[in-house]
Amino acid sequence: MTNGPQAEQRLEQLREEAWKKGVVPGKGVDVAGGPIPRKPGYYGQPLVKPPVWTWEIPLYFFFGGMAGMSAVIASGAIVFHQVDLARTAMWVAAVAGAGLSPILLIMDLGRPHLFLNMLRVFKHRSAMSMGAWILSAFGACAVPGLIALELHARQIFPGALDQLLRVAAGLLIFGSAIFGTLLATYTGVLIGATAIPAWFLHRTLLPIHFGTAGLGSAAAVLELLGHRIPALNFLGFYAAGVETALLIWLSVDKHGAADRAIHEHGSGWLIRIGEVLNGPLALVLRFFAFVPFAAISFLLGALVSRIGWIAVGKVSGADPESVFAAEHY
Amino acid sequence: MIGEGLQSTNQRKHSYVQDRVEVGFFTDPSVCIGCKACEVACKEWNQVPDDGFTWSGNSYDNTGHLGASTWRHVMFLEQDRPKGNQVTGSMGLPFDQQSIGNQQSDLSAVGPAEAEDPFRWVFLSDVCKHCEEAGCLEACPTGSIVRTEVGSVLVQNDVCNGCGYCVVSCPFGVVDRRPEPLHDAGGAFKCTFCYDRQKSGLVPACAKVCPTESIVFGRLDDLRARGAKRVEQLQQSGYKDAQLYDPTETSVRGIHAFFLILGEPEAYGLPPKPQIPTIYLKSAWISAFATAIASIIATLAGFAFFS
Repeated sequence: MTNGPQAEQRLEQLREEAWKKGVVPGKGVDVAGGPIPRKPGYYGQPLVKPPVWTWEIPLYFFFGGMAGMSAVIASGAIVFHQVDLARTAMWVAAVAGAGLSPILLIMDLGRPHLFLNMLRVFKHRSAMSMGAWILSAFGACAVPGLIALELHARQIFPGALDQLLRVAAGLLIFGSAIFGTLLATYTGVLIGATAIPAWFLHRTLLPIHFGTAGLGSAAAVLELLGHRIPALNFLGFYAAGVETALLIWLSVDKHGAADRAIHEHGSGWLIRIGEVLNGPLALVLRFFAFVPFAAISFLLGALVSRIGWIAVGKVSGADPESVFAAEHY
Repeated sequence: MIGEGLQSTNQRKHSYVQDRVEVGFFTDPSVCIGCKACEVACKEWNQVPDDGFTWSGNSYDNTGHLGASTWRHVMFLEQDRPKGNQVTGSMGLPFDQQSIGNQQSDLSAVGPAEAEDPFRWVFLSDVCKHCEEAGCLEACPTGSIVRTEVGSVLVQNDVCNGCGYCVVSCPFGVVDRRPEPLHDAGGAFKCTFCYDRQKSGLVPACAKVCPTESIVFGRLDDLRARGAKRVEQLQQSGYKDAQLYDPTETSVRGIHAFFLILGEPEAYGLPPKPQIPTIYLKSAWISAFATAIASIIATLAGFAFFS
């Protein structure tokens, strides 16, 4: 630091603080007052490693969930002969699920050029391996499903070939719906089956939250794309209702220090804001028929709560007390 | 050379890899002198990049924690209890201000004061535990992490694509993704148990250099017997809180690099009951399938009743 009034002021500040508190916090001074460290564990070092994932992963959770459940809505639309809705839903599924999702996942890899190694093995005991296969299978159904549906809807080919396309579209869309439900829910298993206390303590809640938020997001996006139909409105009510119940579950099912990252810190606020946006607020807005606002509220909530859950993992993983406290459960 | 010297399993050539014998590390803090030779040897042999040069203020430990570029880590514990029968503190020396002021130091008061200001300094070299049931190995989606012939857990770095799932699956927080701009960044790294050395019949670098045989490398069954014997020996000589840290009762089902610890595992940053995260899979997948089915039913119901 250079000579000047600012430097002197800083020194004055330090002196004030030392005088008032008896200690000035900073690196290396936390053992002041005795040689025995007072922090939990080994000098407050984390016991488990917090996740290294960055912004791509919550965004992938958001788009993957939306894409997977969009394919489910497309299947429902096919069954009940609403081809227009099915087409839009399959576009959402293909763009978000087969386009954005893999790109986001590959971007987050430490060595993106080796992404195909994900398909080297099939391990049912690794949620990440299952996820890679689910996403691949989903993409392999959704993209040709969309193409077949579009070709059939536009009547490009005549007669028998068109009939074949119709059957193929139906089968592929049902296939993508089955893999879609798994795509939307496996992410909960992925972070639920880890060593991070705030995650594994809520391993039952997480797939419900991620899957239902995916369903609500898909319905919301389709509504915003112009499909204001009662069926999607019902799904909006259903998703917001379930999310409200999960908000209550989360505030009742507390585990003290073990999962305090969900209730405290910035990560706690992200969870709370996300859950309020896609739970009670979306429900109330929908109840008063402000459908577009309800849809936007739900989408925002789904995104914020996904960011929140990754943030919770980072906070909880870096907190040695949470691991010690989780041992009791 | 202290201990068994050149006769020690730390110095002999071996053929464990060819013979497919389970090997391990037994680390004993009661003879560790905190020299950090193991850290240096590990870095040099494995050409591990530096992990930052910072002063932690935590005793003599500026290493911090195991990670992508820290495969051996010597812990320095400062605890307020005596080490064995050792006498600590001011030994009854009249050290209060009044007596110094009066120049009346009564040296006859010097003697073994039993519980006076007890203090001990414990060193322990931490390392990847090479679990019997390894969380990282189960989690790895590329098959990059494998079990070797000698029972150790190895990350094959040419296969790893750096997905980061092993990082959150290790109950001990050992493996980590190496960030930019370090050499060979992007992949997951941890102790290799010097698999390359072992294949040539050599002992892992850290055990080879340990001057007090605080780190012992050898057959796992031999080491387990040795550990049990050492605990007994220490307890007889006054180390009442000596115990083995080898969580065989949990889902990890034991570790191949196990420790003798003085006091509670918590103080060493070791989880008392580590669990392999795969035990959480069942309830999570049940919940996922239930949600999947509920979503399909809700969608069909929506179209059926509200169209």
